[in-house]
Amino acid sequence: MEWQFFTEVLVGGLLSGVMYSLVAIGFVLIYKTSGVLNFAQGALLLFAALTFVSLTERGLPVWAAILLTLAAMTGIGAMIERAVLRPLVNQPPITLFMATLGVSYVVEGAAQLLWGTQVHGLDLGIDDLPLEIGGVLVSSFDLFAAAVAGAMVAALTLFFRYTRIGLGFRAVADDQLAALAVGLSLDRIWTAVWTAAGMVALVAGLLWGARLGVQFSLSLVVLKALPVLVLGGFDSIAGAIVGGLIVGAVEKLAEVYVGPFVGGGIEGWIAYVAALGFLLIRPSGLFGAKLVERV
Amino acid sequence: MTDLALAKATASPARRFSPALPGIGLLLVVAYGILPLVANEYLFDAILTPFLALALAGLGLNILTGYAGQVSLGSSAFMAVGAYAAYNLALRLPGVPFMIDILLAGVVAAAVGLLFGLPSLRLRGFYLAVSTLAAQFFVQWVFNKVGWFSNNSPSGIVSVPTLSVVGITLDSSAGRYLFALTVVTAVTLAVWRLVESPTGRALVALRDHETAARVIGIPVLRVKLLAFAVSSFIIGVAGVLWAFAYLRTVEPAGFNLDRSFQILFIVIIGGLASLRGAFLGAALIVVFPLLLARLGEALLGGLFDSGVLEMSQRIVLGLLIVTFLITEPAGLTALLDRAWNRIAGRFRRTGLPITG
Repeated sequence: MEWQFFTEVLVGGLLSGVMYSLVAIGFVLIYKTSGVLNFAQGALLLFAALTFVSLTERGLPVWAAILLTLAAMTGIGAMIERAVLRPLVNQPPITLFMATLGVSYVVEGAAQLLWGTQVHGLDLGIDDLPLEIGGVLVSSFDLFAAAVAGAMVAALTLFFRYTRIGLGFRAVADDQLAALAVGLSLDRIWTAVWTAAGMVALVAGLLWGARLGVQFSLSLVVLKALPVLVLGGFDSIAGAIVGGLIVGAVEKLAEVYVGPFVGGGIEGWIAYVAALGFLLIRPSGLFGAKLVERV
Repeated sequence: MTDLALAKATASPARRFSPALPGIGLLLVVAYGILPLVANEYLFDAILTPFLALALAGLGLNILTGYAGQVSLGSSAFMAVGAYAAYNLALRLPGVPFMIDILLAGVVAAAVGLLFGLPSLRLRGFYLAVSTLAAQFFVQWVFNKVGWFSNNSPSGIVSVPTLSVVGITLDSSAGRYLFALTVVTAVTLAVWRLVESPTGRALVALRDHETAARVIGIPVLRVKLLAFAVSSFIIGVAGVLWAFAYLRTVEPAGFNLDRSFQILFIVIIGGLASLRGAFLGAALIVVFPLLLARLGEALLGGLFDSGVLEMSQRIVLGLLIVTFLITEPAGLTALLDRAWNRIAGRFRRTGLPITG
């Protein structure tokens, strides 16, 4: 019985970790190709979810709402890349990070100015029923989210391996100068990356929105994704998945087994402390590229 | 990613905006002599006192981020530590004068800062920035959960005792302003001494190139921890001012992530590695929401409700950050320097004497 409860908590944690991974993947896409830690990913996610919900509430069919939102996200991503990041090329990474912090304020403000600040419910038509699998209760919504995440990772992997633009991404991530030398257009690839990050934000935004309701606090999931990135390394999609699973599991287990002794509510920081402890052993995360410093 | 090479943003121009000493003297005369006579309660409570507290917090973060090159996203946690430490010292050690309480509160904040600065010995850049968030969330949680810190107040919100120094009660708006002003002046002068000292140069060397700093014999690890301790001390004192002189209450929610970002924005907008920067940035951050509210009301009237105001504040703030980073990475300080140089240059051409 005790063991079964443990498994249930663990599985629940792993599945909610998948949701964190979804957000983290958006970061990794941009970090890998342009070296920017995009704090605005959470704001983009909020913008996507809010736009989708508001459009469907105004009577648009789901497919049209998705297409329109996707178009909006593409536009915003391309605009951020062009108006903010391109003028800041060759600046120290931390300057770029602070710029995306500014961008996140703008996008959050704009999203709510445009669509209002009230909480919207978002029903994706997936029931959140407890399913019993092998004697362990699992939420069907969590399973669905995990399937979506799996499909997205598979799609991204195929994209990176077999498409022209995907190979371009990898070339730029590997060595920008060499990529330029063989004739790849950095501008086009960066715009494409931001578009892709916008799409990931839409998927993550819909799933998180269905879970939490679409409201301002949605943009705070970015804070859940940061320890995931630290654990997995900023530049690895596999790392984002594994890091997400670890953070999800640690959070739930700690909440159940440690929480009651210290008064609960520890999920706000336990992931950070776990990530920090881990970093002290491996300063660039599980799968992160080792820093080589030239003097 | 090498060291936080903020060198470009912080290369200080050869000529300063103002001849230092007369300028500071003039500012102090205005702040001590003229403002208390002409300002009304609104100006003290809504603008001047929060400005002073935030400027001090910006000054503290500037030591860590501007001078020593370590980014922190958890500043308001140390403000909270300072505020709660001062509250508990005043509550539990009633005989101790408040000036001592403030110093001790700063020391407590410095100790906590030292603890959360330890990861900086291993981590750089983003990894360090993310690890400072641990301080932010953990400290906020502790003050929410552990009743002892708020004297078991059920909401976690406590009112602070009235300020009094050497038997004089500083209850009025002007009194609290003068108190904050005195503390800020003293700390600022001390920081000025620090950054001009060999230790201050060591901080800058650490920021510009850690390995090079190590090669020329700077004890890098010790200097890093020192930066964390000094910075947290000052931010802690700023927290005391925020709670005791400005809000007159202490609550964990007031020291959230948004406040940390606000302090970071003060440093970016004002100018990294510049003492004036913290003050200029804080002035802008305090004044612009008020201006925006007036402006919006005048232009849009009833359409401009509080929700719209809050959102447009976010947008304008974000745009300000991005614009400054792109067009003037050295912040308001550099803008003023340039303006001053232009004026001074014109005087020189026309043959008028220049002072300083």
